[in-house]
Amino acid sequence: MTMRLEPIEAPGLARRAGLPALAIAGTFVIGALLAMIAGGNPFSVFGLILKGAFGSKFAVLETLNRATPLIFTGLAVAVAFRAKLWNIGAEAQLYAGAVMTAVLGTGALAWPSWALLPMVGLAAMLAGALVLLVPAILKVRLGVDEVVTTLLFNFIFLLFVGYLLEGPLKDPMGMGWPKSARLIPEARLPRIIEGLRLHWGFALGLIAAVTVWVIERRTTLGYEMRAVGQNVDAARFAGIPVTAVILKTALISGGLAALAGFSEVAGMKGALTKDISPGFGYTGIVVAMLALLNPLGVVLAALFVAAIFVGADSMSRAAGVPTYLADIMLASALLLMVLAILLTKFRVRRD
Amino acid sequence: MTTQDQGAGQVVLRLSHITKRFGPVTANEDVSFDLHRGEVIALLGENGAGKTTLMNILFGQYTADEGEVELFGAPLPPGNPRAALDRGVGMVHQHFTLADNLRVWENVVLGVDALSAPALNARAAKAKLRELSARFHLHVDPDAKVGRLTVGERQRVEILKALYRDARILILDEPTAVLTPQETDALFATLREAIGLGMSVVFISHKLHEVMAIADRVLVLRHGKLVAERAVGDTNREELAALMVGAEVSAPEPSEGAAGAALLSLRAVRLAGEGTTPGLKGIDLDLRAGQITGLAGVSGNGQAALSDLISGLRAPDEGVLEIAGEALRTWSPRAAVGHGIARIPEDRHKTGTIADFDLTENAILERYKSEFSRGGWMDWRGARAFAEGLIKGYDVRCHGPEQRIRLLSGGNMQKLILGRVLEGAPKVILANQPVRGLDIGAVNYVHSQLLEARARGAAVLLISEDLDEIMRLSDVIHVISEGRLSPAFARGTMRPEELGQWMAGKGYDDAA
Repeated sequence: MTMRLEPIEAPGLARRAGLPALAIAGTFVIGALLAMIAGGNPFSVFGLILKGAFGSKFAVLETLNRATPLIFTGLAVAVAFRAKLWNIGAEAQLYAGAVMTAVLGTGALAWPSWALLPMVGLAAMLAGALVLLVPAILKVRLGVDEVVTTLLFNFIFLLFVGYLLEGPLKDPMGMGWPKSARLIPEARLPRIIEGLRLHWGFALGLIAAVTVWVIERRTTLGYEMRAVGQNVDAARFAGIPVTAVILKTALISGGLAALAGFSEVAGMKGALTKDISPGFGYTGIVVAMLALLNPLGVVLAALFVAAIFVGADSMSRAAGVPTYLADIMLASALLLMVLAILLTKFRVRRD
Repeated sequence: MTTQDQGAGQVVLRLSHITKRFGPVTANEDVSFDLHRGEVIALLGENGAGKTTLMNILFGQYTADEGEVELFGAPLPPGNPRAALDRGVGMVHQHFTLADNLRVWENVVLGVDALSAPALNARAAKAKLRELSARFHLHVDPDAKVGRLTVGERQRVEILKALYRDARILILDEPTAVLTPQETDALFATLREAIGLGMSVVFISHKLHEVMAIADRVLVLRHGKLVAERAVGDTNREELAALMVGAEVSAPEPSEGAAGAALLSLRAVRLAGEGTTPGLKGIDLDLRAGQITGLAGVSGNGQAALSDLISGLRAPDEGVLEIAGEALRTWSPRAAVGHGIARIPEDRHKTGTIADFDLTENAILERYKSEFSRGGWMDWRGARAFAEGLIKGYDVRCHGPEQRIRLLSGGNMQKLILGRVLEGAPKVILANQPVRGLDIGAVNYVHSQLLEARARGAAVLLISEDLDEIMRLSDVIHVISEGRLSPAFARGTMRPEELGQWMAGKGYDDAA
């Protein structure tokens, strides 16, 4: 008996929506089994995760805050992957944005908030864009695989940030900690509602998601990006400027990832440290894949991922089940989703 | 198996009452036939008639809904490609199933030998491959990377692959679509040799003269049903054509016309070769208004370079490209479109269309920037209207402009491409293999469109490996061989054999 894949010419809605839903359900089954092995009752574990993520106003705000950088990195990855530019370097681009925010926001520009924040945000985007532009140029000019260059650049850039925090950017008042000076108040993203711990970074994320959706669906550049991603030979033959499109995609993707760093430094933390991102750049890949590269889906996927992280933290304290459960659930979600995507295009035949 | 000691006439393959449905579409309905040892049967039918589906069932790619397949007297377990392979059925697909990044011999042994030991078998495999190449006149370098081969050469690798596996039944799906007359003759000669050794062949085609030349029996499929069976001695091309489409058909013929000024000219153009394919070695060519210029030649002799040049994908290394007498400085696909060059690409699937884009998105590929973009925003309403116009004007059979183009048949895909490039009355038309793999109805449609363009004063360059097509449509013919271009031969001045000499590389001034 053998199994093989037979392509499906026109997959129906049930297949296209049902299988990803099944993948999410499967994730919870795996999570439940692991919770049981860890000695917890799966229902109470999931209950605690749900409660930890959405059970109180504080929990909801925490989840939204955690989702914010994931929306940006998820969008960055989704945009790039749509054009088959394999940007694995959202982490480095995030830190580029964070560094730029710290450089300009700690007093270098003494502007009022309404001028300073957009300026810092744009400068951060530019920094992230340039970080991805280098691998993109290497790809289009010399054919260097961007998976390798963007991935390795993450490590280089994190070490560079470490150097900056021990050197030029080190806070003289920081008592020796490797952190930057605090941002001046004018450079801080204000809270959306006074008294609630949710900053404008989240709203910016939603705006970014809608903007990316509009770019992909409604603009000439979006059409070009999708064409290049689907069939680069046909795009080139038709006269689409493939090189320029890839470079523009890199600029957008790098800029989006950098906004995650801007939002974390200017919104959440108020200073640059080496640990502002616990791998948001990599988790962005999971988010983008779970969202099937749809920009609006990225928001939902980021909320889902953030909820599992935040909920697992609180569940762990209450039930004694390790937070690694969250990591395993995300990994399962990614693998099952990739499988689900495959099965929307192919049918398994047993002979 | 004991087929060796049994004589000719034994049934090697029997299809009984095969029915296959894809959703609401019935691809095959109650099809039955026998294939005897040493026999060639031709499956004749238009695209979409169900020929390929039927062979895919036999080869285990699909499982029939009803009916069964018998091989050498024993039933074949359905839906298992290995079963047919192991029992000596070789299939050469219309769309090649080769790995571009592997060498020829690696492709041939792929799936035959254990994956872990190719290095050990390389010498033996290559020796066997060379021997087969020589015996069957299928020349190809075993060490060449498949990605660098031309379409014609890939076809040879596919045939070699089947021969390498000691196939006793060979299924050829449109095998001559990419071969020259000489190559086709050579293929037929080798097939006959193989038939003499007891091979049986199923030959899928819609080229009537080839069917008449090679087959013993012809089975005509129409809309998935077997509508007629004829011994070749008892039928003729006209009858077969009528059976195929269910009505009398007549091919379009060019009317008298006078040539005008040269709209596109190449002056001493040189282009470097890529891999094993030659470039262009100092070519002079004029494409004149109101004229179809035919380019005959064996696949892989510089047609790709010439096509890339006129398409705008490559600029001349040396020499000049002139449009309406004016030398061009910058050259790109967009510049080519901008100068009124319509480009029908050789490969509809790979360069002509984007499979997962809908018809609208495919229709505007070349003109989205100039016509459907306002300050960076897409005018989807206008694009959709444009696509609807093409669908109507060029008779594209589809569910509507939102349908993904991958679901269209080859003929309808080509009609959309035709519409895309011919809309707006281009001055120059590059038609590279415009009817490859199309059924007679679509072929006639494409040809009549080219003749219409000629009548309104367009200059057409027709690149084809089908000499019949070239000779029937062209006002002047050039032959290309190893990047060199023959002089222009006026319509009716050359016999096929004479052109064949040029195709084989004889007669060129080798000072170039």
